[in-house]
Formats: sequence, structure tokens, C-alpha cells
Amino acid sequence: MTSAASPPEVLRAPLVVEFPFTRSLGPVQSAFLTGLRERVVLGVRTSDGKVMVPPVEYDPVTAEEIRDLVEVGTTGTVTTWAWNGSPRPSQPLATSFAWVLVRLDGADTAILHALDAPGPEAVRTGMRVRVRWAEERTGAITDIACFEPHDGPASEGAAPHDGRFAGAVTGIVAAARLDYTYSPGRSQTAYINALAERRTVGERCPSCHKVYVPPRGACPTCGVATTDHVEVGPAGTVTTYCIVNIKAKNLDIEVPYVYAHIALDGADLALHGRIGGIPYDQVRMGLRVEPVWTEGGRHPDHYRPTGEPDADYDAYKELI
Amino acid sequence: MPTTSRYARDVAVVAFAQSDHRRRSDELSEVEMVMPVLHQVLDRTGLKAGEIGFTCSGSSDYLAGRAFSFTMTLDGVGAWPPISESHVEMDGAWALYEAWVKIQTGEADTALVYSYGKSSPGSVRDVLTRQLDPYYLAPLWPDSVALAALQAQALIDAGETDEAGLAAIGARSRAAAGANPHAQLRGDAVAPGDYQVRPLRTGDCPPIGDGAAAVVLAAGDTARRLCARPAWITGIDHRIEAHGLGLRDLTDSPSTRIAAEHAGVFDAPVDTAELHAPFSSQEVVLRKALRLDGEGVAVNPSGGALAANPMMAAGLIRIGEAAARIHRGESDRAVAHATSGPCLQQNLVAVLEGEPA
Repeated sequence: MTSAASPPEVLRAPLVVEFPFTRSLGPVQSAFLTGLRERVVLGVRTSDGKVMVPPVEYDPVTAEEIRDLVEVGTTGTVTTWAWNGSPRPSQPLATSFAWVLVRLDGADTAILHALDAPGPEAVRTGMRVRVRWAEERTGAITDIACFEPHDGPASEGAAPHDGRFAGAVTGIVAAARLDYTYSPGRSQTAYINALAERRTVGERCPSCHKVYVPPRGACPTCGVATTDHVEVGPAGTVTTYCIVNIKAKNLDIEVPYVYAHIALDGADLALHGRIGGIPYDQVRMGLRVEPVWTEGGRHPDHYRPTGEPDADYDAYKELI
Repeated sequence: MPTTSRYARDVAVVAFAQSDHRRRSDELSEVEMVMPVLHQVLDRTGLKAGEIGFTCSGSSDYLAGRAFSFTMTLDGVGAWPPISESHVEMDGAWALYEAWVKIQTGEADTALVYSYGKSSPGSVRDVLTRQLDPYYLAPLWPDSVALAALQAQALIDAGETDEAGLAAIGARSRAAAGANPHAQLRGDAVAPGDYQVRPLRTGDCPPIGDGAAAVVLAAGDTARRLCARPAWITGIDHRIEAHGLGLRDLTDSPSTRIAAEHAGVFDAPVDTAELHAPFSSQEVVLRKALRLDGEGVAVNPSGGALAANPMMAAGLIRIGEAAARIHRGESDRAVAHATSGPCLQQNLVAVLEGEPA
């Protein structure tokens, strides 16, 4: 998080979500994508004789399983198009191109891809195109680099194909990255800014008067906005806890350690925190703790015992 | 009650509220954006949060960039003590459908339906590519405008419209939105503009923005008690088409047509049509599927999605706007439509009727 210039300006920070989903392919998609690696385009024939490219595993009309693979041409006809003057990141071509639906020779349905053409005046519905193969092919839809204009003759119609290739691909890694600018909103911005000053600030519900920390701007019981800022803590009471025995990746904390719910004094909701400064097997419900801040830290690193007597169970039982 | 009833129970939209839709709302978390709308819609019925029989919401984690993001907004509905609640990772129109089914089963008499979307944190054109088939489409990152443009060109090639016709749809929508204080683009603010993805220009595309909406549904006598003129849902249905764009005739929307037939749209004339057509070209397709080219039908009097398109809420808003016209006595029989997915892949159609005065 970067800090805001002054309230009420809200905090903003980059948030990157990346996921390399590993997806398995069924027999039809495996044959199709492996075929692309081998510069062969396969389709599938439905029970009424239509050839679908790209192939699907189930007939969209009858829901019948279809496995009758056929080879179609690598040339085809544009059925509709759209000129993309400003390609976006990760799209097939970095320079202006046309998105096209192409019905390959021998197919009855169309495949979506990019068409490399000098400009929109060079593209029209009905124009003839052919596949331009990627130099490096791995068994993915991007093995087709794009389509390109083509003046030559049409390919033959669909021919039977057994769909067998040496070293068939059985899965793809569908990598994706999305970039966001995250803003936590008014309420959590105030909370985070206060933490920077080593203060913990909650918000009070105007209806039930409970103090929520961390505040999220709403009382979950009353469904109304929480607005009054209330400083809570710094000390609090362990309401419940667990002993963690599994070391988390990228977390530099020796196991076992204790993770606890801590009801800060003046708060009506317990927050989470790690307990330190005491052997893990001596942590208990009712233990009085206080935050320990590290240099430059934006939140307490952990909580340690204050040395006070334990709190009475009745004092915190509603907060467990 | 409705003159003809095809369902076990008569269910009506009894209240509708929406936020002002804006390009950005950084200062608000999702729950902070949703809560005022929830309060408004409950205030209109006099119901308290704890009196609602069922709550259902629609939103998308991909817009927020966070898993289970919808759980945060539950604070705004008073989810403690525990309530009967559900969520769809879709437009709120489908949340409304689930709530309607819940009432039909007799398990609830009232339902709160809300939906919201903040597109401002990310690039919604890129984000929406993640709803596409992950094997053949998503790796190419064809964005939502590009896919709509393919459909627009197919319509132009088929002689069903031209660029001037598309521009007129955008202009008419934003002019109508001049009377809608919640709309993001109003009046004559948007010229046809430059090509985004040809043949679609800026004016053919929806604004990107943040917003929320909520409705309250109620059954039978409860609806009468809560609303002077309930908007009875006399028909509702939704249909989906194959995900492969190359398998479909992009100039037509058979799913909309079938949903409309099942919802009874064609049984009698409608005077209002609220269509969820984020792109001008999609209104051409929907008008054909819903047979809306006759006189006497106000199409998107709110301005429609071309004036405000908060993702996951714009479809619910169509139902809400249609219902609000019935509440106000400006409509007697309205059709509301919501869509989801690329090029009108999924379509929901509802018929709303007000009783004769």
C-alpha cells in the first residue's frame, strides 16, 4: 500500500492476479491441439454430417458424444471480421489486425483468430485466407500464429483422420495475468492509515453500538454504515487460539507457533494475530496481550503477554 | 392479480433502487457502494433487513480481482443472525430468477435481490476474456468490444443495419438517459466517435463504470401490502446458446426468442421494453428476436446499457426500470431482458404487468 496524501483520499495500490491454470484435454481437444502442433487442422463430424472446427466433444444440438474426427483444409473463408486498430496486451499480433471468424475448407463452422492484413480496406467478408503457423508450436490454439490473405485454390474437403499423433498433448497451461489497482475504500483506508501511526481504530455501529475492528464500513448485524471512529487497544485478550505446526511457504516463522483471536480492549469483535514472547504451549484463553511493532512495519508483527492477570471468562465469552 | 397465471404463485417486483453509475468509485468499498441502495429499496417497502425471506446477489470475483468477494457485501444486508442467502456469479437478473424460484417453492414470501460491479479497478475488456472458453478463445484474449464488433459486422453484411443505424441507437439511448439521473452518460454528450474495434465506434459501446442495484420481490397479498401497484412477473425464462461463436448465427438470438415465447412476451402487446444491449448492434438483434419494431413501444426509455453499464447490475437494472415504470403507472405491460456472456450468449426475458387502474 502506498500512503495517501491526506484523508479522505483513499489508499490505492497495484494488485496483480496471475493464474497458470493447468487444464486437461479430452480425446477430441487433445487430437485437435496436437494436430495444430503437427500443422494439421482437425474437426469433428456430428451425426447429421456437419463438420465442426474447432471441434467440440458433444453435439451442441443433441448433446450426443461425438468423436468422429476429420482433417480439414488450412485455407478458408472469412465469415465476419472486425478491425482491431489498437491491439491489447497478449492478443495474437502486436500491430493492427483483423479479428476474423474463418470457415476452413471442409468445415461447416467457423474458428476465431487474428488476420494479418495491411488495413481494414484489405479485409472483407468472403475473402480467402490461410493459416500462418507459429514457428514454435506446443499444442495450443496459439500454434496458429494468425491467418493471412490467400489467393490460391481451396483445399480438399474433410478427410477421415484417426486423431493419433506421436506424443499427444494431454493438457494445456492456461496462463493469465490481470492487473488491477486495488482501493480498500474509505473505512479500511482510515484503519490502515491509523495503523501507520501504531494506533488501532475501529468503527462503531450507530444502531447496536458495537465497535468493529478492522472496520469494513458496515455493521453485519444491523446492515447500516459504521461511521464513528473509536480507538481500541492497544492491549487485548486472547479469546481463542490454535497451534500452527505446518510451515507456510514464504513465511519466515518457526513452527510451532500460536495464531489467536484477540479482542482488543474496547472492541466488540476479535481480530487475528500471532502470539509471541511466550512458549507456544503456555498460551491460553484469557491471556492478556499487547502488540509488538517492528521498525517500519505497517501493522503489529505479533502480540506478547502484558504480564497482567488473565481476564475473566465472562469478560470475553461473547467475543469468542 | 395477473389476468393469466402460469406459475404456482404470483410474484411481483415491489421496489427498485440503483446507485448513480460513475466511471470510478475509489472511495467506496463494495459494501459501501451497495449499502445505500439496499437501504433505499427496503425503505420503499417499509421492510427491515431481518424481515426478508431470502436474499440473493449477483457479482463477479474477476471484476474485484479477489476470491469470494461477494461475501464482503453481506455485511450490508445484516447477515447476523444468519439469513437465508445465495449468490450467482452472474448478472443480478439471474439472482432475481433464483429468488423468484425460491418464492415459487413456497420457502419465502419476500426476497431481496442485489447486484453490483466495480469495473474501475481493472481493465474490464481484458477481464471479460476470462469468461471465454479456456482452450480455444481465452488464450487469444479477444476482448468484449472485439467480439461485439464481429457480431456488428455480421449484421451489416446481412443488411440488417449500417453504421449510421448503429450510431442512431447510441444517440437515442443517451438522449433518453437525459431523464435518468442515475445514468453515467446522458444527453448528447457522446458523439459517434472513433472506431474502437471497427465497425463499432465509441458511441456504439457502453461506458465502463461502477454501480449497484437492488429490487424486492414479494408474493401475492404481501406484494399488494408493500406496493400500491406491484409489477407482477407474469412470465420469466432464460436460455443459453453454444459457447463457440463460430457455431452460432450472430445475426440472430434464438435463445432470446425461445425465452420470450416461454415468458409469454408474444401473447399480448408490450408498451415498454428494457433491453440489456451493451452494444448498439445488440439492440438490432434483440429487437428482431422480441419483435419490437411496431409502434407504441418505448425501447430503453431509461437509456439502457449504452448510458450506464455497471457489470453484473445492468441486467437487473433493466428489470428494475421496467418495474418502476409500472409502479409509476407509465406502463401496463413491459418486457425486460438481461444478457450475459459474449455476443448475447445467455439471455433472460421477463414480462411485467400492472393491474388495470
